[in-house]
Amino acid sequence: MNSLILTAATRVLVPVIVAFSFVVFMRGHNAPGGGFVGGLLAATAFALIAKARGTDAARRALHFRPLSIAAIGLACALASGFWGGIARGQFLRGMWPLLEATGSHLPLGSIPLFDLGVYLVVLGAVTGILFALDDAIEEDD
Amino acid sequence: MTDAVAPGWRHLPAVASALAFAGFVSLVPAVVAGGAPTLALPWVPALGVEAAFRLDGLGLAFALLVTGIGALILLYAASYFRTDRRLGSLLLTLSAFEIAMLGVVTADDLVTLFVFWEATTITSWLLVGFDHERGAARAAALQALVITAAGGLALLAGLLLMGMTAGSWRLSGLGALQTSTAYPLILGLVVVAAFAKSAQWPFHFWLPNAMAAPTPVSAYLHSATMVKAGVYLLARLAPNLGDTALWHGLLIPAGAITMLIGAVWALRQTDLKLMLAWTTLMGLGLMTLLLGVGTPAAITAAVGFLLVHALYKAGLFLAVGMIEKGAGSRNYTDLGALARAMPVTTVVVTLAAAAMAGLPPFLGFVAKELIYAATLGNLLLTLAVVVANALMVACAGMIALRPFAGPPRSPNPTPGDPVWGLRLGPVVLAVLGLGFGLLPMLAENWLIGPMHHSVAAAPLEGHLGLWHGLGLPLGLSVATWALGLGIYLNLNRLRDGLAAAEPRLPRTEAWYDALMAGLFGVARAITAATQTGRATSYLRVTFAVLAVMVWGALLTGPIAWPSLAQLRAATFIDWAITAIVLASIAIVLRSRSRLTAIAALGGVGSGIAFIFILYGATDVAMTQLFVEILVVVFLGLAMVRLPTAGDLPFRRLNALVAAALGIGATVAVLAVLGTPLDPVLSTFFEANSYPEAHGRNIVNVILVDFRGFDTLGEISVVVIAAVAAIAVLKRRVR
Repeated sequence: MNSLILTAATRVLVPVIVAFSFVVFMRGHNAPGGGFVGGLLAATAFALIAKARGTDAARRALHFRPLSIAAIGLACALASGFWGGIARGQFLRGMWPLLEATGSHLPLGSIPLFDLGVYLVVLGAVTGILFALDDAIEEDD
Repeated sequence: MTDAVAPGWRHLPAVASALAFAGFVSLVPAVVAGGAPTLALPWVPALGVEAAFRLDGLGLAFALLVTGIGALILLYAASYFRTDRRLGSLLLTLSAFEIAMLGVVTADDLVTLFVFWEATTITSWLLVGFDHERGAARAAALQALVITAAGGLALLAGLLLMGMTAGSWRLSGLGALQTSTAYPLILGLVVVAAFAKSAQWPFHFWLPNAMAAPTPVSAYLHSATMVKAGVYLLARLAPNLGDTALWHGLLIPAGAITMLIGAVWALRQTDLKLMLAWTTLMGLGLMTLLLGVGTPAAITAAVGFLLVHALYKAGLFLAVGMIEKGAGSRNYTDLGALARAMPVTTVVVTLAAAAMAGLPPFLGFVAKELIYAATLGNLLLTLAVVVANALMVACAGMIALRPFAGPPRSPNPTPGDPVWGLRLGPVVLAVLGLGFGLLPMLAENWLIGPMHHSVAAAPLEGHLGLWHGLGLPLGLSVATWALGLGIYLNLNRLRDGLAAAEPRLPRTEAWYDALMAGLFGVARAITAATQTGRATSYLRVTFAVLAVMVWGALLTGPIAWPSLAQLRAATFIDWAITAIVLASIAIVLRSRSRLTAIAALGGVGSGIAFIFILYGATDVAMTQLFVEILVVVFLGLAMVRLPTAGDLPFRRLNALVAAALGIGATVAVLAVLGTPLDPVLSTFFEANSYPEAHGRNIVNVILVDFRGFDTLGEISVVVIAAVAAIAVLKRRVR
């Protein structure tokens, strides 16, 4: 698909969508949003690049391999689980060190780490499958 | 690979095994005195399962063989594979096997016995398939696994039946079971397990095939230990199950057939290791036969021969490995006149082969006299045993003479004895066979007597000795040697005759091949019927099952319908969205182009997302919307590949399934609306979301905190699905 408009629009849209996806992810704790939907949103940004400029460009934009991103996400979620597990003896128990130390309600702790894991898993898995599908179709042509 | 440095830790497993051996030796006096050290740890107390171990005479003798021969084998393997990068994995698997085998022979709890029994099956599968890059090794390993694991299942059933019948889960507490109604079934199951493990006819063929394993593995598993587990089981349960017409009728013929098959086909082989494998069958058959006879004399002969066989067979297997390393071949037609170049090997093979041939003053002679004394009552049995033993004499001659005498021959131009690590084990084993023969009271007091006591449940009467006077057993021994010599002198002719006859004889392995072919055929038919490879048929099945479940629940459970008043409360926007969704559905159904249909499906999803927004489920709406966008992208990509020519066909069955599920889901949702909602959960989450989890977005707090474990499972599934999908797509490209 070689559309000048789409290609040009992508350059503007993608940074906005990615930034927005992060905002959605961060505000998810207290307002609509969260890791899952944030990850989906970020994935659409890279899907857009893939449509406009091909998967190679999208892979370069993503910088890491999709499955590596997903694996790091899973590791984040597991780390969050073990954090509570080791510190309090309960796997996945919520840990809020900042809140306990200063009373600040900034969402920093094991639960946001877990949500970050969800975000990365969704981003990595969706882009991974999308790129592979795209490549398979291109090889066939 | 040859210039790699042998790692320094390679002898550690052998040292550990030797220490275990020493530990068991220290228990010998207690057991000889009639004691039975026990150890019981609670395991599954709710089911009465314990990790219980008990060392009686039989268990201790086996434990000594397993650890003692194990130490020598591990030492040998460390040298045999000393520069192989697989050395670590070999030693690890061998050690794991040793522990499993030790568990089998010392277990007193039925479940403990089964678990260790299965562990020997699995570790031996790994060991037989050690050269896993060779197809033949993999096939042999699989065959050994299938047969012995099938026997393991029979054992599980048999052990459970025994435990329930006897009301005890301890082997030592089973008591006599011969009169119980379940006896024939129990015995049948135990016999299948023992025959499969100890390669008795008709399961025998897996053992020669398992010679695909490296030499140290064959020496350990297929001579001294694992294949004797079946014999051990029969000996262990002889007091509980033995001495009935059924026991005799099952064990004696199977043992005799295995013994003769093994002895005859050993002659046919020119590969020394294969020949040993077939003679092992002979030995296992003989032990089964003797346990089947079950008289005190037969049991003495069985346990005596067990000891003799373990020593000389392990020694010979290891010696064949020495010949292979030193001369470059283990095929006796390639070898000759090695005696001068390989003196240590020659001595070892001669000593072990003399024990195998039952020559005095070796322990083998003592055992052979016992065997003849035990089988004298039955002419047919005597004849079979004499013939089998004569064939053993011929085989012993073949192993001891062919490679070492005659014209000089060897693939290796400068044959020589291998390094000391390869010499020690065979030397010790061969010398023990001689030493126990010269001092039979040692073997009798420490090993054979206590073993006999456990199996026969009575102390050993009489004494073992080299000289029993001029009796019928001695006459039979002489006849055996004469017959064996005759066979040896006509060896080549007999061998070639057997080789010529082989293709015309029915193969026992045929039933296994037919069974496996049938199994694969059934598997293929089921796969072909259910795994069509078409997404539409999978979806059809999934949706049909779902529809059946929904309708089943709707039609069988009580339903409270919502009042129509709720419908009247709908606003203009509600109706507008409903109209959009319905119009989109109409387009999906009427569309002739896939792309239009996909876009219209997106319209349906967006309409649903709007409804979520209207009713405050913003999170769900956002997710729904992005999923819809991505689904359109994905489907758009995939659909491009589908054929575009022609209209989309209308399929009645699919329409029926879709309508059934769609209407069912609608009715179910309406029914849910009519049911008063239990507010316990929503109240709890509303009340606790902020104080407990410090988050105001209840949906997200549930996902990542209250029900975080579910989410962890879900994202793991997402990763696995992505890995699988990417692997499939990449494979398709290639």
